[in-house]
Formats: sequence, C-alpha cells, structure tokens
Amino acid sequence: MDNVVEIKNITKKFGSYKANDNISLQLKKGEILALLGENGAGKSTLMGMLSGLLEPTSGEILINGHKAVMNNPRDAKKLGIGMVHQHFMLIPAFSVLENIILGDEPTKGSFIDYKKAATEIQKLAQKYHLDINLNAKVRDITVGMQQRVEIMKALYRKANIFIFDEPTAALTPQEIDQLIKILRALAAEGKAVIFITHKLKEIKEVADRCVVIRMGKVIDTVKVSETKEETLAEMMVGRKVNLALDKKTVPQDKLVLEVKNLEVDAHKRRKVSDFNLTIHEGEIVGIAGVDGNGQSELIEAITGLRKVRAGSIKVDGKELQNYSARKISEAGVGCIPEDRQNVGLILPLTIAENLALKDYYHEPISKYGLLNYKLINQNGRKLIKDFDIRSQSEKELVGDLSGGNQQKVIVAREIAKEPKLLIAANPTRGVDIGAIEYIHEKIMEQRNAGRAVLLVSFELDEILKLSDRIIVIHEGKVVGQIDPQNTSSEELGLMMAGKTPVSTGIER
Amino acid sequence: MSLTTILMTVFSTTLIYAAPLIFTALGGTFSERSGIVNVGLEGMMIVGAFSSTVFNLSFANVLGNATPWISLLVGAVFGLLFSILHAVATVTFRANHIISGTVLNLMAPALCVFLTRIIYNGKGQTPVIDQSMGSFTFPGLSQLPFVGKVLFSRTSLVAFVAVFIGILSWYILYRTNIGLRLRSVGENPTAADTLGINVGKYRYLGVLISGFLGGIGGAVMAQSITLNFSASTISGQGFMSLAAMIFGKWNPLGATGAAIFFGLAQSLPIIGGYVPVLSQVNSVWFQIAPYAITIIVLVFFLGKAVAPAADGQNYIKGK
Repeated sequence: MDNVVEIKNITKKFGSYKANDNISLQLKKGEILALLGENGAGKSTLMGMLSGLLEPTSGEILINGHKAVMNNPRDAKKLGIGMVHQHFMLIPAFSVLENIILGDEPTKGSFIDYKKAATEIQKLAQKYHLDINLNAKVRDITVGMQQRVEIMKALYRKANIFIFDEPTAALTPQEIDQLIKILRALAAEGKAVIFITHKLKEIKEVADRCVVIRMGKVIDTVKVSETKEETLAEMMVGRKVNLALDKKTVPQDKLVLEVKNLEVDAHKRRKVSDFNLTIHEGEIVGIAGVDGNGQSELIEAITGLRKVRAGSIKVDGKELQNYSARKISEAGVGCIPEDRQNVGLILPLTIAENLALKDYYHEPISKYGLLNYKLINQNGRKLIKDFDIRSQSEKELVGDLSGGNQQKVIVAREIAKEPKLLIAANPTRGVDIGAIEYIHEKIMEQRNAGRAVLLVSFELDEILKLSDRIIVIHEGKVVGQIDPQNTSSEELGLMMAGKTPVSTGIER
Repeated sequence: MSLTTILMTVFSTTLIYAAPLIFTALGGTFSERSGIVNVGLEGMMIVGAFSSTVFNLSFANVLGNATPWISLLVGAVFGLLFSILHAVATVTFRANHIISGTVLNLMAPALCVFLTRIIYNGKGQTPVIDQSMGSFTFPGLSQLPFVGKVLFSRTSLVAFVAVFIGILSWYILYRTNIGLRLRSVGENPTAADTLGINVGKYRYLGVLISGFLGGIGGAVMAQSITLNFSASTISGQGFMSLAAMIFGKWNPLGATGAAIFFGLAQSLPIIGGYVPVLSQVNSVWFQIAPYAITIIVLVFFLGKAVAPAADGQNYIKGK
C-alpha cells in the first residue's frame, strides 16, 4: 500500500454547479503527478479540498490510507501536506530565515533561536539542492528564490506531500530548469508531488503520470512517457488543437518602427543602452531575454510611459520619443502590456468601458464631456462577438473575467484600432491553451495584414514560433540577432544568459 | 550659570518632557507593527492622565511616596481598557482605523472632563496632586565627574524607565517569536494566516499594548508635568508621539530617540529662560516650536519612512 494520497469519488458543488464531479485519483510515494486542465476546469477546487480550504460535498480523501478530515489549512499541514501557492505567501520586509520559521520558531528561553533554525534549514537546503540566502530580505531576492523559500517553508514543516500550483508561471527558463531539478530531488527523497499546470512541455519533462481534468471531470489518467503532447492538449481542450500557425509570405520592405541609440533609465539605473531596433511592415520581431534585462523599460519608452534619456524612436518616420502615451497611441501604436490587470485594464469597469479606453475622450463616444453609453455598449457588444470574449454581457466587470478573457479584451481593444505597430509583451502569460492558440492567431493575422509587431516574451517557444527575426537582449543591450528558423531554444537560452553574443547572420 | 548647570537643566527638562512621548510612541509602534493604525493615542493618553490623577488624589494619604508610580499602573490599566474600543472596532468589526482612532480622541476629553465635573463638584479640573514625581539623583552614578552631574543628578527617573522599556520593546519585537508574529500580521496577514498565526489575536495584542503604554504616557504627563487633570493636560502629545513613531521608522529604538528629540523641542520654552542668548528671544517662538517641528518632521519623513506593509488594512479571511 504505497498510495500516499487517495481521492475517492469526490464531488464539490457550489450551489447547483458541479466544480468537481466524481473525481478519483491516487498519488504514490516518490511520484510526480501532473494535474492538467484549462483555467476553470476544477483543478484549484480539487486542490482546495486537499489543502483544507474547501470541504467536499461528497466522497473522501485518504492520506496514508486513513480517512482525512481537514477543516482548515492547519489540519492539512499536520497531515504533511505542503502547498506552494501560485501567488507566494511571503513577507517582503522579513528575511528569508524569518519567513521560513514564522509560526514554528525554535526558541531558547523567550528568544528565537535563529542559529538552531539556520542550521536545520541549511541541512535541508543541501539535501534538496535548494539554493537560498537565509539572511537576504525577501523583497531583494528573485522570483525563483522566492519560490524556493516557499518550498523550504513546506520542507521545514516536514511536509511529504507537495502541491505546486502553476509553479512555472512567473519563472525564467533557467529558473524553470532549476525548479524541475528540485522536483526530481523531492521525488527521489520519497516525497509525493502534485504539479498543477497547463504547460504540456513541462509535464513531458518532469511528470510520471498525468491526470487530465475538463469541466470538473477526470478525462483520463495517462503515463506521460507513453503519451504525445498533442494527445494531452486534445484531452485537455476537448477538441483538436491547431498549434501550427499560418505564416504567409508578405512584403517586408517598408520601415515602421525605427529605434536609434536608445537610452532609458529606471530607478537611477541605466536599463536600456545604445539600443537599435527596426521593424518593417508584415514582420514580427521577437525580443528574447531573461526578465529584468530592460524589456519592460524599452516598451515603456516606446509607448510613452517612461522618459527617454537619449536616442530616437520613429514610427512611420515620425519622431515620437517623450511624447505622451495618448499622442503615441494616436500615432498608431497599440500595446498589449505585460501587466494586464494593472496597466492593461481597469478591473472595476465594465468590458464595454474597457474597450472604449482608447477613444472615450473624443467624438463620437464623448460629446461636450458626456459619454455616449449607447455607443460604448454597442461597440462593446460587437467586439465581444468579433473577438470571442466569453462573458455574460458587455456590462460585466472585467475583474470578473478569467485571465484568458481579460487578455482577449485587451487584444480586441488594441487590434480593433488597426495599429501600424502592435507591441505584445508576454501576451500569453498565465492564460490557458485555448486562449494562447487564439492570441497567437490574432498576432499572426496582424502580421499577415502587413502590420509591424514587436513581441517580448519569456516563453522561448512562443518567440521562436511567431517571430520573423529575434533580437536577444541582455542588460539592456542587444547581444545578438538570430533567425528563428535555424536556432534551437537551447542556443537561444544560452544567448539570453549573456554567454555567446553571436549573430547568425540576417542582413538588415 | 555654569555650563554644567545649563547642560543639566537642558538634559533633565528634555527627559521630563520626553518621558510621556517615549511611552506613547512605543505604544503606537506596537499597534502599527501589528497593522492597526493608531491615531487614538491622544485619547488613550487623556484617559491615562485622568485615571492616574483621580487615583493619586484618592490614595495619596494611604500610599505616600509610592503613589505616583502606582498611579502610572492605574493609568496603564485604564488606557488598556479604553483601547479595547479601538481593537473591537478595527479588528473585530473592520472599521476604518483613522475614524475609530478619531472617535477615541473625541470621546476621551469629553468623557474625562465630564467625569471630573461629577467627581470634583462641578469644577473643570482636578485639584493639584501632592504626591508627584520629583527629580531623582542616581546614587553612585551621580558622583562621576561631569557626566554624573549632567546626566544623573536631579533628573527624571521615569524617563530612564521609558528608555529601558524602549530597549525591552525592541527585544520583544525583533528577538522573540511573539514579536515576529506580531510584525508578520502587520506585514502580510494572509501569509501569517496560512502559517497558522491567529491574525486577530496578535492585532488585539498590538492595540492593547498601545493602550497600556499610551495610558502610562498620559499618566506620566499628569504625575510629573501638569500635576493635575484638565482639558488641556494632554495638548497634542499623542500626535507628537505618533510623529515620533513615524520619525523613528516604526522601530522602538528609533521611536525612543525621536521622542527624546521632541522632548527637547517641548522643553524649549523652559530652557529658553535659562540660556543667556535664547532668553532674548520671544518665548512665543519656543511655544510654537514643538508643534512646528512635528509638522515639519511629518512632511519630510512621512513619505520616506516605510510603514509596515499592511498597516491600516483590515484582514478578511480568505476564500
């Protein structure tokens, strides 16, 4: 009997809606089990029940062969279940050490025994190859290390069942590799791991078995080694997924964006320096690089959100550097920003209002300072239909939509204006495969229609698939230009780390 | 007047005026470190000043010399009881912290002056206490050359106690598990909750400690400076303490240091009379000084100082 977790016929109802419908699964000691499903398929509900946040309507959970009753997260912790949340539960102002021991501090007299805690954690860190700096403040460390701190928190509390909720969503490729090593180390030490994701490649790489969930039901449980990526995708979405894109041959002669010797500062540091970039009509240029190497600042400079220190930005021959964001938008620049919830949308406004954000200030939408809501809602309905935004009505709040549909609202707004230059920053981050497919299609459509597209992404596959040309950025500088046709993601990964500034010749 | 005497005067008056601010600023630190903004310190001080004065007047003939010290504890207890209102409103009922604190500040003077009128035959102020906190000379230490005279002769014992409490508070907040947990609920209550820390309990603790220390602060004011209770006994000291807490970056040691600085500002009108050059200046300036300095400090430091991340945010248990 080596089933550490056994979920038996669990159903969870919210009102009359079945979020989980008769789900059963087993998790063995030393196993990495992937839980695959689109957003809203019921993964989080299932894990909520396993971590004590939700109570099942019917069915039971067995932990180590015993029926488990979990009324709150503390009960789950006592049973050895450690949850690594997608949004880290850390305190930025505290040190790593303090974050780990918080709530379970070893004490000597009435004081915390920091030394004892540190020794114990160092031992665990060595055993599981977790590279963490105990004395650093959490606010100063990378996202990858923050995640390792979360893992350590669970290890420190002697967890032997680990649940990872979308652990790779915010990680760079290098950090993902490191995480995968850690997952293997956990499994090798006999811990059981559940890995929630919708990224097929990672499942292939790390999981032993995969449970596919769709609409609250288990579709199948498969051995990962015997199943193709395409099959997994099909099971998850419930139809054939077309991941291939239609890349037409279009003339790419006319220059649209020309960035020359650009310098941008942020927080008194040079983030972009001596940067040159050109994009032509009908061309997608991808910018590849590890997060924090100047990509955000570059986009902010082009879209007018950040002052340019030196250099020029021309769109269609017109100099636009240091113009206001509105002027730049009116000059024909559309942007799907990186941070959709804070920059791209105003969550407490309706879909129709968000769709009108680029036009609300002039006729016909506003006249004498009054908004024409009839028109706003009418336009909203049209775009919702055209762009397949799944919603109750145009008056639904954007904050109530799923991530993928929120992203569709932005895409609809930006593309509907037919921009000369479309900027897309991590356009598919955190959205499910159906939405990814759709967004990729739309971006390609723009290219095929002869528009210029600037794509920034941390997903190497995305960049390689969509781009006509890739520029590698490292510490704010261009370190190489490559042809996606002749480059593998491994080579690209090395260049992004700033290792080999080689150019695989494209003349331009 | 010799330099030594001038320094001694400056030092001891500073400490006398600093003592109430130190206690209260430390109280504020505990509250805000746990995530509850406490603008009600002024009200807590008023309650402390009132209750300690009434106790002192009632029991001075029984308790003798010890009366003012026991009065401090009485002020502390009533300050704590009064602060329960703030804790219930903000933690249990998730009211806006500023509004709840303002309610305390409006309620305390009205209530205490009303009670004064009832207890003391309709008078708006209490009689003057007989047993007050006088100056204190440290045996032994005061014999040290120069330093002994300046720092340890005819000085304020309660201020030294306050500084000691400041150091103790630092150890509690930064070296004990209670302190770590209390700070964690002020930084990220959701994270603390997932680790099994009772957010409400630690926030109550923070507010009640602030009431306790704020009560002492008010009591010290009444027992060593005004020597009676009236509507003007506490005139902005609660807000100065709040400013000292911010100036001290929500750190007990910083708050203590900042409170001593504000004590110096408050003692200026008195010191001004002793120091030759300063005695020429119109004393109005010295009287305005503490308030002006408070405003200036707040303007320059409020933006820069980093408050606990969840300070002022009510915690609603997750979905």
